[in-house]
Formats: sequence, C-alpha cells, structure tokens
Amino acid sequence: MTGVSLNVNGHPHHVDADPQTPLLWVLRDEIGLTGTKFGCGIAQCGACTVHVDGQAMRSCVAPVSAVAGRKVTTIEGLQSRAAKAVQKAWVDLDVVQCGYCQSGQIMSATVLLEQNPKPSDEDIDLAMAGNICRCATYVRIRAAIHAASAQLSA
Amino acid sequence: MHPLMQAFRDAQRDGSEDLGLAARARPPAPARTGVTRRDVLAAGGLVVAVGGWLPAAASAAGQASEGSAAKAALEPNQFVSIGSDNLVTIVNKHHEMGQGNTTGLATLVADELDADWSLVRTEYAGSDVKRYANLAFGMQGTGGSTAIANSYIQYRTAGATARAMLVSAAAQAWNVPAGEIRTSNSVLTHASGKRATYGEMAAAAAKQEVPKAPTLKTPAQFTLMGHEHATPRVDSASKCNGTATYTGDVKLPGLLTAVIAFPPSFGAKMVSFDASAARKVKGVTDVVAVPEGVAVVARNTWAAQAGRNALKVTWDESAGAQLDSEALLAHYRELATQPGTPFAKPAPGSAATAAKSVEASYEFPFLAHAPMEPQSCVAWLHDGQLETWAGHQFPSIDHQLAAKAAGLPMDKVKLHCLVSGGSFGRRANAWADFTVAAVNVAVAIKGRAPVRLQYTREDDMSAGLYRPMGVHAVKVGLTDAGKVASWKHTVVIQSIVAGTPMAMMIKDGIDPTSAEGVSPTAYDLPMMDAQLHSPVLPVRPLWWRSVGNTHTAYVMETMMDKLAQAAGQDPLAFRLALLEKNPRAAATLRLVADKAGWGKTMPAGSAQGIAFHESFGTAVAQVAEVTLKDGKVRVDRVFCAVDCGVAVNPDVIRAQMEGGIGFALGALYYSEIELKAGRPVQRNFDQYKSLRIYEMPAVEVFIAPSTAAPTGVGEPGVPPLAPAVANAVARAGGPVVTRLPFARAGLVSA
Repeated sequence: MTGVSLNVNGHPHHVDADPQTPLLWVLRDEIGLTGTKFGCGIAQCGACTVHVDGQAMRSCVAPVSAVAGRKVTTIEGLQSRAAKAVQKAWVDLDVVQCGYCQSGQIMSATVLLEQNPKPSDEDIDLAMAGNICRCATYVRIRAAIHAASAQLSA
Repeated sequence: MHPLMQAFRDAQRDGSEDLGLAARARPPAPARTGVTRRDVLAAGGLVVAVGGWLPAAASAAGQASEGSAAKAALEPNQFVSIGSDNLVTIVNKHHEMGQGNTTGLATLVADELDADWSLVRTEYAGSDVKRYANLAFGMQGTGGSTAIANSYIQYRTAGATARAMLVSAAAQAWNVPAGEIRTSNSVLTHASGKRATYGEMAAAAAKQEVPKAPTLKTPAQFTLMGHEHATPRVDSASKCNGTATYTGDVKLPGLLTAVIAFPPSFGAKMVSFDASAARKVKGVTDVVAVPEGVAVVARNTWAAQAGRNALKVTWDESAGAQLDSEALLAHYRELATQPGTPFAKPAPGSAATAAKSVEASYEFPFLAHAPMEPQSCVAWLHDGQLETWAGHQFPSIDHQLAAKAAGLPMDKVKLHCLVSGGSFGRRANAWADFTVAAVNVAVAIKGRAPVRLQYTREDDMSAGLYRPMGVHAVKVGLTDAGKVASWKHTVVIQSIVAGTPMAMMIKDGIDPTSAEGVSPTAYDLPMMDAQLHSPVLPVRPLWWRSVGNTHTAYVMETMMDKLAQAAGQDPLAFRLALLEKNPRAAATLRLVADKAGWGKTMPAGSAQGIAFHESFGTAVAQVAEVTLKDGKVRVDRVFCAVDCGVAVNPDVIRAQMEGGIGFALGALYYSEIELKAGRPVQRNFDQYKSLRIYEMPAVEVFIAPSTAAPTGVGEPGVPPLAPAVANAVARAGGPVVTRLPFARAGLVSA
C-alpha cells in the first residue's frame, strides 16, 4: 500500500501523500485539521508546532514519513491536564491578538508544563524561544504560563 | 485628525454627520461572512456546509464570543440584532487583525444596550460600503487607528436604538411609562415586579418605531466601557483551540491551491516558461500565466510548491539590476543636501539667534510587515459571480479591483471578510495584490474550482510594499539660554500614496504621511523649516504600523535628547518647556515620568530613556530602562502612559501598547530589507529576525483618565519606543545610533 499511516489525536489515518510531504500540509490539506498554522516553512517561527510522542515538533519541516506510526497531537486534540490549564490561562489573560501563532505557542507551552510544571522565567525563555509572535504578546504568554503552572499545582 | 482620515473626509461627497444606520429590513442577500449559524438554523436546523463554512460559533459558557444568535427577532439596524434565544449579535464592519476592535465595537453596542456580555456574539461584515463604511474614510476599510474612533457614536447609537425599542415594547406590554423601566444585563424590569429578558421582548420590540436619535449615556453611566474585566475578548476562545477561521482554513468543495512564481527582482519581466516538469508533479492540475507571473495550481499546497520548484521561468531582470540599497542610500544622502519641497515654513519672527547648533542625519531601512499569516486569498468564480475569502482590510478597494480582474460588475462580486493573522498595514494596499492575484488565477483556470492563492513567507517578504527607506538631515540652533532658535529639517523618502487612489492626500507636493511627526508635531516649534524629497522607485512603498511616525518620532525624539544635552537640561524638562501649549501631551509625559521614577539612580551600565509622540490623535509617552553589557543592549522594562480619550476596553489598550512596544523593539533591533541587484536579500525569518520572548521587556501601561471621544490605539504605541530605547542607550554610555537597525551598530547579535 502506498502512502503513510499515522495516528493523529488518537485516530488512525492513512494518507496518500508523497512521504516527503511536510506533516503540516498533511494535517491541513489531507486530514483537514487547520488549527496548525503555516508561518515560515523553515522551522523559524513555530506557528506549525505539534506534539509527536509528547515532544514539540515543527511540522513544516518534518516529513510525514518521519512520523509514521507515531502519536501526533494537534491543537484540536489537546487533552492533558497541562494543556487544559494552558488554554484556560490563555483565555483568562486574553493573551491573543491576531491569534495566528497561538496554536503553536500553546503547543510549546503545554510540552513545557508537562515536563516542568514549575518553570522559571529562564525555562520559559528557552522553551518558547522558537515561537515568534509578531503581535508581541510575549508579556502575556509568560504570565499565562506562570498562571497555568499555578493552577496545576493548586 | 490623521491626514488619511482628513483626505477621505474631504473626498466624501456627503459631509453630513449621518451615522448611516440603515432601516431594519435587511437586504435579501446580506453580505456576511460565510454561512452563519443563523442561516443554517433558518434552513431547518440542518447543519450543512455546502458552498460555505461555519464560523467559530462554539464558546465557553458565560463567555462573549464570535458566532451569532439563532434567530433575529429584533434587528433595528445593520449592526445589532437580538434573537428569541436572548443572544445579541453584533456585526463588526472593520477588519480584525488582532487589534481587538471586534471586542471594542461589541462593547460600544452592549454598553448602550445594557446587554449581558456573556450573551454577546459577533460576526464580520462582508463588503458593503453602503452599510459598513468607515465614517472617517467614506469607504469600507480599516486603518489609521480609526476603528473605535469612527464608530464611537454610530455603534453606541445602534445599541441605544435597540434598547429604546425594547423599553418601548415593555412599556406597551406592561402599560407603564417607558421612563419607569430599567434595563440591566439583558433584562427589562419594572418596580411592579414585571420582568422580561431581551429575548422574550425582542419580537414585540421589532414592531416599535425605530427612534431617530436615542439618548446616549454619559461616561459616568457606562457599565462596560472603561470597566476592568467587564469585556473579555470575544475572539480568545476560538484562537486558543484552533477553530478560528483564517483564509487558509476555508474549506470549499474541490478547493485547489495555487502558488505563483513571482518575479525574482523588482521590475523583472517574464520572458518564457517551461511547464513540462511542473506538470509532471503529482497533484499539479494547471500551470498558467497570470499578470503576476506563472501560477502553479494543485490539489494541495505541497504539490503546488513542488510544481513551482520544478517550473523553469526565464526572467528579464535588467530593469532592476541597478537597484541597490547602498547606492540608493548614497543618492538619498546627496538629495538631503539639496533644496526640497517645503512642508513647514518658519512663522514670521519665530527664528532667534543661535549660539550653537546640533546637527545629525538619520538613515532608515526598508521594512517588511511580516505578519504571522502570509498573504492568501480564496477566489471562486461560479454561476456568473465571484466570491472571495480573505483578510480584506480595505474591502472597498479589494471589491473594486477583484471585480475588475474578474470582468464582472461589482454586484456580482461578494467578499467574505475574515480575521487575519496580523497585518501591520500589509493587507491595506491600493493594489489589493493578493486578492487580485487570486482572482487572476481563478480566471486563468476558468472558474473550474475554487482556488486558494497561498503566498509562502518568501513570496510575502519579497513582494515590496515596504515601509520605504529614508534619510533625515537635521540642524537645530540653540540660543544661549538653551532654547530652540532655528530648526532645519530635510526628509527623503518615497511617497506612500503617490500613484494610488489615496494620492488625493498630496497637497502642494507634500505627502503628509512622509512628514507627519515632524510637521505637524506636538511640540511648539514655530521656527520649523522643513523640506521633503519624494524619490520614485520601482519598489512599492506602504504604510507600516504608525506610517510616517515610524521614522519621524525616532528623529524628533532622539534630537530632543541631543538638544537637551547641548542645552545642559534634563530631557524631560526640555520637552515640557516645548509643550506648554499642549497640556495633554505634557500630562502624558509627566504621568510616565512619575510612574517610572524618572531621574532615579540606576545601576551601573543601566539607564532610562524617555520619549513622547502623538499619532492618530493619541498621546503616548514611554520610559525605557536598558542595560548595556559587553556592548550589547537589553531592554529590561518599559513604562508607557497613554491618553486615548475614553478607554473603551482598558485591557485591549494595554495589549496594544505591550504589542506595539514589542513590535517596535524587534524592528529597532533587527529589521531591514536590503536590495541587491533588484532583489530583496531578506526573505524569511532566518534573516529578517523578529523579536523573541527572551528579548521582551516587562511593560507597565498607565491609561490617562479621560471622557473625551476615543482615539486609536493600534498604532500609537509604536513610535515612542525606538527613540526611548535609543536615548537610554546613549545615556548608558552607548553609541548614539542614527542608522537603523541596531544590529548594524553591533548593539544586538545579528
């Protein structure tokens, strides 16, 4: 059988795509999950960030063949306690402006809190350095991560 | 008033104060965004998405959000309707690109309506200049930080109208005087114990006369405007769970994707192309010439890009071969020494004898807007009509040019105006570049299917439409007492509006967007003697968040510090002396100075810098605290005071100041598009660096209390930041930077 099999948000998918196709375009064009965004195509901006086996990955440069048989999670499939805390904090603090980068920001922040529930400012700088926000909502991103962290330990 | 607003006002045939509130009957085919939930439910509750798509209607309980009410029982005008389900739907006539105007406009209506914020839903208007014009422009469009300012009375009146009709219906139903009825949180009550929700009274209210001039609240009566936490953003939920619909997310049956092989350099002409390899790429359906270049159309985005990679195009690049930033800069420097067209002349008797003078020249690069969402537009030619979906920031211009490209009358063209992933000016251009290109592709494939034109980041960044590069040369004389005796100022920069429909803004050879911030200026400088050169280039210039103020504020505010130093005065005191006739500006400066503890002792290597700039009617003063370490700059904190009249949504204002500060700081540090042999060198975020989270300073925003009509906040936070930082760097012992960006001076790691 040609194509690639992958698991997205808990569901198996088989897509008839060139194995070199970036995961981003398979998610968006083939599977119809458009919450993951195209920003730069060269892993510089982080708008396309998804989770692959619980790790943040820039889907715009990851060939779909590289995630065959692995667990992919997109913004639409976030379930973890950390993820819910992040999304709630993002809404509570009205982090978003244009919103286009925020799926990626939330995906990166979720991995950070899943692995480090009480991050310092330096931890946040490191984990979020790959996600550009041209609206520069960084003050609130930082505050929301701290708020989500507090919620997780409450 | 911003010159753009003035020009559009001047151009308006009807200069009356008509708010344009339409009669309650809606036209048969309302040009709204996509298929609304209401349309779907009206069709029998069957959830279908044929030929359309569903806007994000989902919302967390108790949260105002995007979406719409189930059934409009009361619809007194084109901005507000109330359903029998008690939901209030408010239509945003403006483009939401992150600046929060959807929340702001809903607040204006909801406050006058006394609506429960959790019951408010919002939608985006389609292109319809008769119903949804920007009252400051006379056309439908968003820019110049005008969304709230032009809508302030219109949207409040829309809400007050609906409220008056509800009250009138209740008075009739309960047989009590209207004046005895109270409204609060979408409920009508009377002392007798009578009570009805807006939803319950909506149908009866629809039968009431539409009041012509309903009474508006006084600022003291506002229950939402200016109240903290009263109006959380309506678009937060959809933008945090992936359901917000941007252009690239539009789903249509058989939708194809196109990318265009654009000219590689400015002025390049296509000679020929060989599509044979491109056509062999799996998924590619069409390779067609369009006025913009060669379009590769495919069943998905990756195939379109792969097809473009396989395409062989021969270009004639001779036209732009000489176009080079450094050569251009040398030319601009030379121009700055020549007499130009005057835009400010010294008032008689204003010049004094100078005891000494301060001279400086400044150099500014081309800047790309680089919004997070690269440009894209969906175009669908079908049944003798054209539909487009995009972040249409100037729907009136996009509509006209889309119709022209399609060869259709405007009433056969329908624009669906979506939220966009940022703009900063990019989507508001006189050429409607991405809209027209998408329509051209749709025409080239003969409307066989809907098609989405997708710019890659490189396409977007290489397209021109830059904040133009510029040079300022300034010479200021000071008296013995340290007062400004003379001010000679020459600006060299492309006109943004020349050659566009906005050229009507040019008066006496002066494009006001080149001069704003030097003249007019908030400071009392009657001796100003300023001239302009407007060179013409094959690179299209465009407004970039805060337009001319992006460079004029830097020059004026760093000059203020140089002059204060030469005069032996404190930079704040020096400015205040020039603002005696502008108490609002002076108060804004004093507010930020007070909050920042201006003049306090800073640790070694650190310093404060101050700047003030008024733009789009809003006064903003900032104090930046910087640290220099090993020759590199770090901005630790920025204090920001803003006077924008009534603070409709204080948290949105704070957000715009925070974001404007970060946006401006990234540009100050890194941003530059260089041209070499006609080609832009920086084409993606690896070379055109953006501010990242570890570089973002702490920001504290202070909003001046005011009952004056609101002015804008989308842009005015930008201009003071760069000079405040530059002044702080100089005061910390660093260089006085006159050529941007900072990376050129080695102040940040490039």
